[in-house]
Amino acid sequence: MTTYIIRRLLLVPILLLGVTFLIFGMMQLLSPVERTALYLKDFPKNDKAIEGLIKRYGFDQPVYVQYWNWLMGVKNPNTGEREGGILHGDFGYSRSSSMPVGDLIKRRFPNTVDLALWAMLPMISIGIWLGVQAAVHQNSWIDQGLRIFSIVGTSFPTFVFGLLVLMVFYAKLQWLPPGRLSGWASAVVDSPQWRTYINILTIDSLLNGRFDIFWDALRHMLLPVLTLSYINWAGFLRVTRSSMLETLRQDYVVTARAKGLAERDVVFGHARPNALLPVITMAGFSIVGLLGGVVITESVFSYPGIGSAAARAAVSLDIVTMLGFAIFNGLILIVANLIVDIVYAFIDPRVRLS
Amino acid sequence: MTIAEPTENIPSGDNRLLGDDVKMREIGRLERFLGPDNYRILKGLVKTPASRVGFLLVFIFAMVAIFAPLIIPPVPPNSPSKIPRDGYKNDPQPPGSPWKRQVPEIPFWYKTLTGKEEWVHLMGTSEGSYDIFYGVIWGTRTAFTTGLVVTIATFIIGVIYGSVSAYYGGIVDNIMMRILDVLMILPSTLAALIFAAVLTPKIGKSVMPVMLALIAFGWMGYARIIRGDILSIKERDYIMAAKVSGVKNSRILFKHIIPNAIFPTLVLASLGIGDVVLSFAALSFLGIGTETGYADWGQLLSFARNWISSLGTYWYIVVYPGMTLVLYVMGWNLIGDAMRDVLDPRMRGKS
Repeated sequence: MTTYIIRRLLLVPILLLGVTFLIFGMMQLLSPVERTALYLKDFPKNDKAIEGLIKRYGFDQPVYVQYWNWLMGVKNPNTGEREGGILHGDFGYSRSSSMPVGDLIKRRFPNTVDLALWAMLPMISIGIWLGVQAAVHQNSWIDQGLRIFSIVGTSFPTFVFGLLVLMVFYAKLQWLPPGRLSGWASAVVDSPQWRTYINILTIDSLLNGRFDIFWDALRHMLLPVLTLSYINWAGFLRVTRSSMLETLRQDYVVTARAKGLAERDVVFGHARPNALLPVITMAGFSIVGLLGGVVITESVFSYPGIGSAAARAAVSLDIVTMLGFAIFNGLILIVANLIVDIVYAFIDPRVRLS
Repeated sequence: MTIAEPTENIPSGDNRLLGDDVKMREIGRLERFLGPDNYRILKGLVKTPASRVGFLLVFIFAMVAIFAPLIIPPVPPNSPSKIPRDGYKNDPQPPGSPWKRQVPEIPFWYKTLTGKEEWVHLMGTSEGSYDIFYGVIWGTRTAFTTGLVVTIATFIIGVIYGSVSAYYGGIVDNIMMRILDVLMILPSTLAALIFAAVLTPKIGKSVMPVMLALIAFGWMGYARIIRGDILSIKERDYIMAAKVSGVKNSRILFKHIIPNAIFPTLVLASLGIGDVVLSFAALSFLGIGTETGYADWGQLLSFARNWISSLGTYWYIVVYPGMTLVLYVMGWNLIGDAMRDVLDPRMRGKS
């Protein structure tokens, strides 16, 4: 087990290095002048100013020096100390949101976590339940029906599904609005009486004892949660079904049946726990994906998470912000993948022995 | 040509395989050409009703793409991929409203099928008076071109990368696979979004930046699959034979290994078109890619973003292009679903 974890940990710095190379490489597609423009908050006064900035940020230096500067920050000619640099959490200034990228992430990420927490539950539990149903009733009308359901699910682009549910539940029925909070609720949240605990709205509102705000926040999340769930159910259904079918053919299941156990106990007591192993990995990666910000879902519902911020930055060609998000995302994904792998190795001994 | 189970070397006394029990089976031309494994895959593909519906859908879309100029002819000064604008009114107009400006010629089918003398907006107009019907029909062409170009490019890159990695093995393989891991860390939508945003100022707003971005971050899956297949083929006797007789590495790779390992990847790639079109539409929906008024489904849908609170009235700006996109992707997915069953290694050897 220890060797497995160590081996897995050793991969992390390599992946991190790789991601920084990748993102730095994309940045190199821009000319020095363009890259200088990325660092500016205001328009420069004249050409000389740009040249000065190119010198100051070292964009005329060899690539490896630039890479180092980018990571560690640029040397200030007066003090000789390095300033900024992504390793110090300075991802640059976001033009599209008029604030430093770091602040933007800090402000948006809790919203994404909030959505991920709520989407996770129905996505995984119902997805698995559907998969078990399909496997237990293999080739019956339930199985066929679920098969069609899952094909339709995978064929629906997130944004088409999102627009359709908005059309029905918001435009027609006026039940569930897009966005984050209603006007009155955000007034409360912005007021000085509001205490921020962990910045995740649904949890904070409960801690503040404001159930009305909790409900308002949840109401705004229901449609994105429904969309994310529906899009992902198909995958969970398929993986659970095939894993379950395979498990039901195993000898120990036959034994369990032979010794006269009720079918219920065979399926849910013996087969399902083992069949869920591959599903756990999938669930792990789905949660990781949700944390990475679901670009399209958040954009359709104008939900202020990091995904919609990334989309807005992309549309306004705000490359600093995009690359900041990419680094942040890469970091989350690497760490989260590591956790998923290690948890999985704990659950399934075959992984760490191979 | 027919093959029979071997009749020689059967121990006397065991006559199960003799006489009438011997099964004779016709081997068709196609089967001989493709080999038994590949033939089985192909047969499995056309067998199920679901995949047949899939083929039908894709076929219909292909016909629409090919005969687009006959269905609704382009309006001359514009390039065909530009949706004609009936004026500059911002609000969407409902289906059936009269078409006044930039009217296409009347095609042969129009009067008989609609019973009208003049063009009307069959599916209404979207924001900015763009005709939805034109966008839906000509968007099919965009879907096929982007889908085909991206899929072919990613397939070629993936196959070359995966086979080089698998064939050389050892440290080369290790390094190449780690590079792959790095490229696969970022979710593909986000990676493509970033790359397209970096490219757009360089090459301008068109289908190109998005296509390049989808190519750059779309080939890794194919590389993995072909690598796996090659690793198993590499150990076969005929490869050893080629090596012993002194055939060059590159020749072994391209003449002997890849042709034998490529079929599953090829089939998967051909089904990746649906996914590519989905990602393309998604990026275009977010506002990255084609210029306003280009006939592509994602963009038609992005017009709807400004009318979300009144979608109850303007349902047609979502439903028509949305359903077209869903049916297109579903066509490919239905074929893909049949494919997965056929290619699933656990299903091999069972008919």
